[in-house]
Amino acid sequence: MKRGPAIRLDEHRPALRRLDRRMMLKHSLSVGALTMLTGCNLQDGDAVDRVLWAMSRWNDRVQAWLFDPNRLAPTYPASAITEPFPFNAFYPVDDAPDIDGDDYALEVSGRVADKQSWTLAKLRALPQEQQITRLICIEGWSAIGQWSGVPLRLFLERIGADLRSRYVGFKCADRYYGSIDMATALHPQTILALDYGNAPLPPKYGYPMRLRAPTKLGFKGPKHIVAMFVTNDYPGGYWDDQGYNGFSGS
Amino acid sequence: MRVTHWVNAFAIVCMIMSGWMIYDASPLFGFRFPAWATLGGWLAGAVAWHLAFMWLLVGNGLVYVIYGLLTRHFRRSLLPLWPREILRDAGDAARFRLEHRVGEYNAVQRLAYVGVLTLGVLATASGLAIWKPVQLQALTALFGGYEFARRVHFAVMAGIVGFILLHLTLVLLVPRTLPGMITGRARLPAAPPEGPR
Repeated sequence: MKRGPAIRLDEHRPALRRLDRRMMLKHSLSVGALTMLTGCNLQDGDAVDRVLWAMSRWNDRVQAWLFDPNRLAPTYPASAITEPFPFNAFYPVDDAPDIDGDDYALEVSGRVADKQSWTLAKLRALPQEQQITRLICIEGWSAIGQWSGVPLRLFLERIGADLRSRYVGFKCADRYYGSIDMATALHPQTILALDYGNAPLPPKYGYPMRLRAPTKLGFKGPKHIVAMFVTNDYPGGYWDDQGYNGFSGS
Repeated sequence: MRVTHWVNAFAIVCMIMSGWMIYDASPLFGFRFPAWATLGGWLAGAVAWHLAFMWLLVGNGLVYVIYGLLTRHFRRSLLPLWPREILRDAGDAARFRLEHRVGEYNAVQRLAYVGVLTLGVLATASGLAIWKPVQLQALTALFGGYEFARRVHFAVMAGIVGFILLHLTLVLLVPRTLPGMITGRARLPAAPPEGPR
């Protein structure tokens, strides 16, 4: 039997390459079609949700890397303050908790040396910082406000917190809870705010104390804080646990 | 090149649809996008989609730009851009007299493609400006501050959507361009029959 001309791979390489590319395209398109069909919302735990959660954790790392502990958020003159400053919570404004300041005591726990609780009078006796900064909500809107209170770094140092710990967590009187990374907790503009404008925080803005960190989105600043803890275990947060990006830095 | 086109098509649609849902959480103007046109289910889902697919969009865009520069695809296909040629080709196109030359862009196409690439760069930059208004505050300031940057981001989206509508309309009018964009082999009008190899 006569043998035909030998098949040389080189001659067919372009065709193979074309085929290869076409298959790749086809696969990517079908994956695309699949993702479009499922109603992915970070709540079902399906494959796409797992990818989205993984990307969100990746974005946490990128943002932590991007975070400059010395870069200050822009500040504004008093004339730039938004009037009225918007109320925002997971409940209507009338449901904001009513807290008696005389009974109030902030509980402190976790990786700290001094776990005694703090009355408002003791908190107000600490050095206070004031800022006029922009609060940016994950919904997209922003508003400029004036807050003052105790720098969180100073407070953490005062209670002998282990500053190498990874997170500071907060529990609130309105069932809200939240946490921030230690780098943000030590940022000079991160404060435990006691005042809005020149008066104690009204209930709608988080009486008697809220966290104010202008390097974070608004939901990372819990209001009506009643307990604080320092930990290495990721504490999550009310919105974070439902799918909002955990770092959510600005 | 073609792979980056389709990856980009997928990524930009995801970005636009999830972006519309983020917009709906706090509309800048007096309207909302209908829920069926959005992606993510709710705000957290939409933000997760938007911040996940930005990596695909930007990564793919970088591959495209680097490839376009290295192979001189940009200089060959997208330049020159002379107003006189653009006006001439636009006039011809309006009278349906513009010739479709396979593998070569007319001046209006070149303008549209350079324009949409510019919009892509602006979308990325304004997006970074509103994602990182503290860490990248110089960029945010360049866009006129956070609130103005939001509007720029919206306007750039509108421009890209406009381009996509025009682009799809033209593909519908000249459908024989589509197979070539998928397989890489342009179908030539009245091509000579293929001889034996």
